[in-house]
Amino acid sequence: MEKETFRYDNTIVRKFAFATMAFGLIGMLVGLTAALQMVDPWFNGLTSWLTFGRIRPLHTNAVIFAFVGNGIFMGVYYSLQRLLKTRMWSDALSNINFWGWQLIILSAVVTLPLGMTTGKEYAELEWWIDIAIALIWVVFGLNMFMTILKRRERHLYVAIWFYIATFVTVAMLHIVNSFELPVSFFKSYSLYAGVQDALVQWWYGHNAVAFFLTTPYLGLMYYFIPKASNRPVYSYRLSIIHFWALIFIYIWAGPHHLLYTALPEWAQNIGVVFSFMLIAPSWGGMLNGLLTLRGAWDRVRESAVLKFMVVAVTCYGMSTFEGPLMSLKNVNAISHFTDWTVAHVHIGGLGWNGFMTFGILYYLVPKMWNTKMYSDKLSNFHFWIGTLGIIFYALPLYWAGFTQSLMWKEFTAEGFLAYPNFLETVTQIKPMYAARAFGGSIYIVGVIAMLYNLIMTMKQGSFQKEEEASALPLAKEYEAHKGEGWHRVIERRPVQMLVFSLIAVAIGGAIEIIPTMLIDSNVPTITSVKPYTPLELEGRDIYIREGCYNCHSQMIRPFRSETERYGEYSKAGEFVYDHPFQWGSKRTGPDLHRIGAKYSDSWHYNHMLDPAAMSPGTIMPSYPWLFEDELNTDLTAAKIRAMQTLGVPYAEGYDQIAVEDLMYQSESITKNLEKDGIQVLPNSEIIALIAYLQRLGTDIRPPAPLRGDLVEVSAPVIEHQNIEQK
Amino acid sequence: METIVGIEIYPIISFIIFFTFFVVVLAYLVIQRKEYFDQLSMMPLEEDQSPTNKR
Repeated sequence: MEKETFRYDNTIVRKFAFATMAFGLIGMLVGLTAALQMVDPWFNGLTSWLTFGRIRPLHTNAVIFAFVGNGIFMGVYYSLQRLLKTRMWSDALSNINFWGWQLIILSAVVTLPLGMTTGKEYAELEWWIDIAIALIWVVFGLNMFMTILKRRERHLYVAIWFYIATFVTVAMLHIVNSFELPVSFFKSYSLYAGVQDALVQWWYGHNAVAFFLTTPYLGLMYYFIPKASNRPVYSYRLSIIHFWALIFIYIWAGPHHLLYTALPEWAQNIGVVFSFMLIAPSWGGMLNGLLTLRGAWDRVRESAVLKFMVVAVTCYGMSTFEGPLMSLKNVNAISHFTDWTVAHVHIGGLGWNGFMTFGILYYLVPKMWNTKMYSDKLSNFHFWIGTLGIIFYALPLYWAGFTQSLMWKEFTAEGFLAYPNFLETVTQIKPMYAARAFGGSIYIVGVIAMLYNLIMTMKQGSFQKEEEASALPLAKEYEAHKGEGWHRVIERRPVQMLVFSLIAVAIGGAIEIIPTMLIDSNVPTITSVKPYTPLELEGRDIYIREGCYNCHSQMIRPFRSETERYGEYSKAGEFVYDHPFQWGSKRTGPDLHRIGAKYSDSWHYNHMLDPAAMSPGTIMPSYPWLFEDELNTDLTAAKIRAMQTLGVPYAEGYDQIAVEDLMYQSESITKNLEKDGIQVLPNSEIIALIAYLQRLGTDIRPPAPLRGDLVEVSAPVIEHQNIEQK
Repeated sequence: METIVGIEIYPIISFIIFFTFFVVVLAYLVIQRKEYFDQLSMMPLEEDQSPTNKR
């Protein structure tokens, strides 16, 4: 049989490389802005668009989906063609993948600062963007699969298994977590509520880390480290066991984000056990990457590409060792809600994803432009300042996390909280926030040096749009080797690989999620928990719009240090009408679950207008637009109907009188404020927000004054004998 | 599925399935010849030929 000649498409790789470079810089600059806002609220500016609550989701979405996302596509489109000895199946699909992804990023850049958000971490984008993501992801998968089918290499190299598992799992996670009911083009409610929403969200959230930030990058590691060092991977055997163990175990670990919360105990324990087991496959992969360089360490000294990759894999090892430790309940009791978590994810983000991406860029650009790096000195400068940046970023935050957690938990000899004022624990760690911003800045200086270096390299070289290669076509009939093992069979059957990967990841997800959805006793119902009034519901939507959950949790864990500070611990039954849940994952400010009826309406009014006036030294920004903007009640009735569809037991026809009820409740708050000498527009947004905040955690108290019947008398409320689950 | 009693059987069953799967994969990997894996691990490096498409 004759060899066939074909051409690899480099233009699509170049497009994704440019996007990776641009969004890397942008996403990190947005992150730096958020870091500075935590040093001084002045950086929040005067507009609503740039406040921390909106900037932080923009940062996470930009670095995860724009920087790393484009980095994945860049690396996959380059390596897939070469590992399969064929061009991508369809240039058109490659380009739809590229432009579609950039349009999604653009819509995120517009909608998130405008406050259009679903309020679920790492899945903030609204429903129509979610649909677009699913479609473009399918385009990517289709293009990848068709390319696999027309390959000229019999077996699929281990990198490709990781790509396949990434494709199928991200699709599953994204679709299941994004079920939401649209109220308008810009607003939707999660189909799940409270505990169920939390479980699905963190099943998604944790596995977004696993299957968006980890598995595709492991695939890239298995291709680019052997390429850059010109040595085969240390152990192909290990890579097979690494692959299956990793994808099967990872999917179970999500509940470790919900330890000591109202999530049923059995689900928490599954999360802990599987998280701890994750050390084994994670370190298997790390060692496989590092040991590939055995006997070639002299090359690491000379090659910036390898230096970046070695630090990347080392950071992967550190954060996958730290992660399982943080999943132990006794460690999590200290680390959760603090900056320790932020430090942990940035070892992974800056180290593993960032440095691996930089290494790949330094490898690809000279190769595709057919030249040498413009300046090796500058590459080395980037390496060192980047490494220092990671250290200066993470160490202060570890310090801040420990300090704050210990302060939260400290009691005096008399048995009182040593630091009853939450603010004391914030002002204490402000210098650490400043040091973190410094670490982030020098990391970005390195990135700018890289961009300059790469652009100059491109200028001095000439871009090879296509690269010619030749290989024998695959014979139609394949004679299996004698005594061939079964895994070897799967390795050349992509569809089986996809199906088995899907089974491996679906089992873990199903076993965690389905029982939590179906079994009533997982969420003991509390009779006095009633749906939100229309005004509170509108206030809650403002709370979500402003991204309050980025700094405030609504989940009091059953520790004495928390019940002393915040009040009665949170119970599953209290969140049954929360679409979406707002438990949060970080306490930059205090928990708000029992904030209701704790302060006067006027305190909240003044606090939202100028937080520093009520709490000198606070880093919370002020929200002046809530006092000027009129509450839009056009959608109130539709929101009530949407909630009814989701199973919230509002009385039949309540949507018709919802606005009337809203006005009535808002008048009472207005009058309350007047008593304290505050003149306020009765329709301003702040009234709704105050109503919501005053409602939080008060369902044991008498409900707000209303004229209409909020709930049908025969509402399906199941009495449960044991409200206190723990 | 109506009650939480006995829920642990599901995770236990799935764990047993996959534990068995791992043991089988592990045994399989130990049995396989080293040359075969050497051939596969050369896939990224051999640009001019296809290590698993020779005849």
